[in-house]
Amino acid sequence: MIGHFLKLEWKQYFRSSYWQKSIALNIVLVFFALYMLVSFLLLGVGAFFFIEDQLPGQDPLKVVNSFLVFALLGDLVFRYLMQKLPVMNIKPMLTLPIKKSKLVHYVLGKSMVSFFNFMPLFFYVPFAIVLIGKDYNVAGALGWLFSMLFITQALNFINFLINKSNVAFGVIVVLLGGLIALQYYEIYDVASLGGSLFNAIYTTPLLVIIPVIAFIGLYLLNYKQLRNRVYLDDVVSAKTKEANSVDLSWADRLGDVAPFIKNDIRLIWRNKRPKTVFLLSFVFVLYGLLFFTNTGIEKGLLYMTPFAAVFVTGGFVINYGQFIPAWDSTNYKMLMSQNIRYRKFLESKWYLMIVITSILYILSIPYLYFGIDKFLMITAGAIFNIGFNSLFLLYAGSFNRKRIDLDKSAFANYQGTSATQFIIIIPIMVLPVVLFAFFNYFLGYNAGIASIAFIGIICLVFKNYFMNLIEAKYLRDKYAAIHAFEKKA
Amino acid sequence: MIQSKNISKKYGSAEVLNIESLDIPKGESFGLVGNNGAGKTTFFNMLLDLIRPTSGKIINNNIVVNESEEWKTFTGSFIDETFLIGYLTPEEYFDFIGDLRGMNKADVASFLAQFEEFFSGEILGKKKYLRDLSKGNQKKAGIAAALMGSPEVVILDEPFANLDPTTQIRLKKILKTLTDDREVTVLVSSHDLSHVTEVCERIVVLDNGNVVKDIQTSEETLKELESYFSV
Repeated sequence: MIGHFLKLEWKQYFRSSYWQKSIALNIVLVFFALYMLVSFLLLGVGAFFFIEDQLPGQDPLKVVNSFLVFALLGDLVFRYLMQKLPVMNIKPMLTLPIKKSKLVHYVLGKSMVSFFNFMPLFFYVPFAIVLIGKDYNVAGALGWLFSMLFITQALNFINFLINKSNVAFGVIVVLLGGLIALQYYEIYDVASLGGSLFNAIYTTPLLVIIPVIAFIGLYLLNYKQLRNRVYLDDVVSAKTKEANSVDLSWADRLGDVAPFIKNDIRLIWRNKRPKTVFLLSFVFVLYGLLFFTNTGIEKGLLYMTPFAAVFVTGGFVINYGQFIPAWDSTNYKMLMSQNIRYRKFLESKWYLMIVITSILYILSIPYLYFGIDKFLMITAGAIFNIGFNSLFLLYAGSFNRKRIDLDKSAFANYQGTSATQFIIIIPIMVLPVVLFAFFNYFLGYNAGIASIAFIGIICLVFKNYFMNLIEAKYLRDKYAAIHAFEKKA
Repeated sequence: MIQSKNISKKYGSAEVLNIESLDIPKGESFGLVGNNGAGKTTFFNMLLDLIRPTSGKIINNNIVVNESEEWKTFTGSFIDETFLIGYLTPEEYFDFIGDLRGMNKADVASFLAQFEEFFSGEILGKKKYLRDLSKGNQKKAGIAAALMGSPEVVILDEPFANLDPTTQIRLKKILKTLTDDREVTVLVSSHDLSHVTEVCERIVVLDNGNVVKDIQTSEETLKELESYFSV
């Protein structure tokens, strides 16, 4: 039976759209995964020596232990946001002659080998090996290692017990924040208290029994909870959210693009992936802090500042714009048979990008603190985003041939990504840098900034001309796009 | 109203549709039947300019559909649930379509009032997104949306599938009244022979992309079709 399950898992994994992408993308993904693993591995190997070097005279194990309480709570927060018990997978098996208890064990067992439980291993295992190599007590180091493994698994099951309860999540966040605050303001030394718990495991390896019991207890608790709830109207149900309609009639003032704008606002707000993209674009505003603080510029990063300036206000244009019109891929056929002008459809996207970029620009005003020259650079970047990038990404979008399912998470989601996405990055990022470098070298800083803004203004002035070109391109590619968007990934 | 001239569609060497000539006069209720893969949906998709014919052309009210988009102003259609926008509530969706068809809020409200019976309380005011509705209820919403803005041509692909018996009967009533005054042309495809014979005055049978029968509906039509398909 287990063999059957494993075979299904294997097929699910390798037949998923994940593997049916272009080779180039797979290589990039594999490199990224390797990078993550190697970084954790290096951290695991290097942590001991790093601490020894930075904090001479302190026991590195004790230092690590003192941070573990925070790390584990942080892990729980991360899991709450990202990890979900894969119960839906067993839906097709409910009517087959398989005992329900077996299915539940299968789901729980499967969750134990998830990414979230593997990542920490790449730290704990090498760290423990280094400990043994450094003549630490072998039994103690192994006891510590196994305790960490079982604690990780216990966290796994605690997360499922919490089961997306906002209250429990609030408690964890408050607890974590509170502990950090206690530590930071030196009210109470949480670190050493937490550290002493884990130190005790090292000195008395038999204490590993506590995490083991906790793990077994939590597993059984999960099992008991799930076993009687494996019904379509209970855990094995796709959750439907109650619709909440917000009054968007203010958008009616925008004239004949209003219906599309309203739709786009709802699209962004009610679907996971565009919503993440939208929220992330506000995080991008902070990107400039890396570059525009004085130390950044002194370090010779001057020629990178246009790039940063475009990013500060360009988070939305770049991340949302590059997938136009794939956001509408699921109902593209319907849009194409409706009584609309393609121009209006495109223009609504354009307005949306312009408005949000303007909002991001207003949010970036505090950069004035770092000097008017830096703020002027950000202003030029914003004009470039509004004028050039918005139109350019609309045009580039006509090459999109990959469907996007709106409801999948945006994290590490490459659906809809193709060579187009890699190529368009070049003009968006490189053009302002090149312009700035050229004019800055010959005519000075202000000329460099002006040249970036100038491109944006030119594009804005000739917007209608460019829009005509873009519309014609979209109309030409209409059938290819309809055909491509039909294919489910 | 609709003329198709020598249209064919080929994918590589496989021909999925080849119709020499098919004229559908204004006000006709036209039924398209055929087994899976016969070309019904392909024909409708072509009529809506969603795929291009390999050869020939379709003319909808004197407009060649892949040359001008004017036909969109008087053509309403529902092919499948991808014609719905899943993240909208039915009310928002109707407002959206209404906007596109030049209806104001009051128009939309009075339009939807006629469909109260058809919706049987399952569509409006349920606080659900379209993607969370059952297949049957999605279909009800899609059919109603296709009729918004008094279109002159209505195209429905498999409208009876997934509907409950009560709604099927109500839908037949709606379709019949649509063509009562000979102003609206209705095109329907179906696997259900008794439903189409009841609703449509003319039935065309497709097989492997070819028109094999073109019948004016009469008492004997259902029997004729049943014997044709029971081979």
